[in-house]
Amino acid sequence: MDMVRGHVLCCGGTGCTSSGCEAIIKEMEAQLAANGLEKEIKVIKPGCFGLCALGPVMIVYPEGCFYSRVKVEDVKEIVEEHLLKGRIVKRLLYQETVHGDDIKSLNEVDFYKKQKRVALRNCGVINPENIDEYIAFDGYKALGKCLTEMTREEVIEEIKKSGLRGRGGGGFPTGLKWQFAYNSKSDKKYVCCNADEGDPGAFMDRSILEGDPHSVIEAMAIAAYAIGADQGFVYIRAEYPIAVKRLQIAINQAKEYGLLGKNIFGTDFNFDLEIRLGAGAFVCGEETALMTSIEGKRGEPRPRPPFPAVKGLWEQPTLLNNVETYANIAQIINNGAEWFASMGTEKSKGTKVFALGGKINNTGLVEIPMGTTLREIIEDIGGGIPGGKKFKAAQTGGPSGGCIPAHLMDTPIDYDSLIAIGSMMGSGGLIVMDEDNCMVDIAKFFLEFTVDASCGKCTPCRVGTKRLLELLTKIVDGKGTMADIDRMAQLCYSIKESALCGLGQTAPNPVLSTLRYFRDEYEAHVRDKVCPAGVCKALSRYIIDPDKCKGCSLCSRQCPVGAISGEIRSPFVIDQDKCIKCGACKEACKFGAIYKK
Amino acid sequence: MEKKNKMPFKGTKEQEAQLRAVIAEHKDEKGAAIPVLHKAQDIYGYLPIEVQEIIAEGLGVPLAEIYGIVTFYTQFSLNPKGEYQIGVCLGTACYVKGSGDILQEIKDILKIDVGECTPDGKFSLDATRCVGACGLAPVVTINDDVYGRLTKGEIGGILAKY
Repeated sequence: MDMVRGHVLCCGGTGCTSSGCEAIIKEMEAQLAANGLEKEIKVIKPGCFGLCALGPVMIVYPEGCFYSRVKVEDVKEIVEEHLLKGRIVKRLLYQETVHGDDIKSLNEVDFYKKQKRVALRNCGVINPENIDEYIAFDGYKALGKCLTEMTREEVIEEIKKSGLRGRGGGGFPTGLKWQFAYNSKSDKKYVCCNADEGDPGAFMDRSILEGDPHSVIEAMAIAAYAIGADQGFVYIRAEYPIAVKRLQIAINQAKEYGLLGKNIFGTDFNFDLEIRLGAGAFVCGEETALMTSIEGKRGEPRPRPPFPAVKGLWEQPTLLNNVETYANIAQIINNGAEWFASMGTEKSKGTKVFALGGKINNTGLVEIPMGTTLREIIEDIGGGIPGGKKFKAAQTGGPSGGCIPAHLMDTPIDYDSLIAIGSMMGSGGLIVMDEDNCMVDIAKFFLEFTVDASCGKCTPCRVGTKRLLELLTKIVDGKGTMADIDRMAQLCYSIKESALCGLGQTAPNPVLSTLRYFRDEYEAHVRDKVCPAGVCKALSRYIIDPDKCKGCSLCSRQCPVGAISGEIRSPFVIDQDKCIKCGACKEACKFGAIYKK
Repeated sequence: MEKKNKMPFKGTKEQEAQLRAVIAEHKDEKGAAIPVLHKAQDIYGYLPIEVQEIIAEGLGVPLAEIYGIVTFYTQFSLNPKGEYQIGVCLGTACYVKGSGDILQEIKDILKIDVGECTPDGKFSLDATRCVGACGLAPVVTINDDVYGRLTKGEIGGILAKY
């Protein structure tokens, strides 16, 4: 490796790529060359730093300057001022890191202070397209240790002792799953990785694959050794082109180094790994559907038992874990089960990665020890709600989860406490909603998603979710009755108890949890025909504030249906029966006199 | 469901040769259908019945099975896409930040619905699942370009660039 005096890390995650980091990296390389610095400063494109809200993000070492929202025009200044003359470009620094004349280290910034990076340890640190950097950070050490110093039983025992539970949503103890797959007798076994991250608003698995693909490969090899498999598949969404590309590069490099293939570490252990692309079917995140899809068929779930550990891919015993679960494995082997079990709560050990999104200042990726409260995540790490708005609810678990209201913000986040309050961990999407979001509309949004994603194999899910959506639509349109609310709740329980797979069984959760905590909003829609948040179009009204209206008649001239009338220079009024709620009047008004309720 | 005005199939000899090479490469693999369909869609842009027939015959599986797979997965399309493919993210993070309104605005401007293509073949519109750029919500993609942090009223100007 060349010796360089400085490193420029430009985040290459999907968030920053979408906000234009490629052009910035190109400009950076051109500017470095123009100033003769190309041998002194190295440009690296690591995975996600987590603070997507500030993208494109750039960190310059050794100083550790954190530049945010960098534009192509800014690059010249960074090169000429900072890299050439050593003068930090203060106006581009992430303001939280500036402390008078000093720059705080990133670990002292609120966003990072309460985080603990285990699964994300290498994201934003190493170049994911270079296996040497992964190895320099203890990469493949755990695999070496397992193969040369530990028996298969010891590996499984270590994972069991760590208390690691599946990070894909279900929270099943990982070590136990490995034990079941180990117990199954067969000549051929498979190891699979679920990277079909379909939960809308979750992108932690994508970030791990983009930022640290080798951690998943290494863990899959360890798992294969432990259960006695020699072939693996990573099932990944086709919607994640960057992750697919980096994972393929990583697999090729691991093969070149002999870390995949035959006789790994000089032992008789063989392991081969392949990528299989999904094709856009949410249900394929369900384990049996995923395996059916790898087999090249319509990805429909099958009944369990038999569980995959007994009869999985091509009827052979199969171990399936999610990306984030795998990302913890090497750390557990290297640092020991006790170290891992020292983090978290009694029944939920370690850390969990969350994708913070929605109405929150610091949208991005955070990793916190289990047991951190929702309030700490939203207020301290997430930096609160923008625009001084009031927090209404946090949604976890995606279409299978629920909404957590403000009075439960001090609940420690772990598998069991989230289920107790009617939500679930899920894969880790955490969407914040403020007073402007209508909870009935949110429930309807998730139901639309599930109806669309239902594979149609079993009746409770295919027909039940559709009926549920119809009832919700009726309420949102202002045509619901109080009996509809009760009917909805009843239907929810029937679906939960009778659907074939996890998708159907959890589909009613968004409705149940909003009914539980925001029943008043449902009732307002039904009884008062009002949407308190002003979201539901059929129930919202445009109203002219008589104190602000100057009587200029502009709105009445804009109205396409002639619903506004009045006399010049005195307040106008909107005829609610005629109004089609297009909002043209509100946009036309120069005095801000028209508001939506 | 077939579209009302189905476009005639315009596949070339070169495309067919490419497809047959892909089939030959994957033929003996287990679970080959989905990888082959992905590549076929790269070659033709969509998967009309004529292409499915070649694949079914090449892999030695019934056409019904291939058709079943194509219609199951949302990424496979039976209809050609527009020159510019617009995707409006309807993931949760984008939705709570108003991507539903943005979708409506695009529908109004282009006068097409989700899954349709403008009559001149220029734009097609899809409501996509989460693209994972939640930090930039709400997000619209047009081919490989990504537009984030959109507000109502910006869409017209963006579409005019194409």
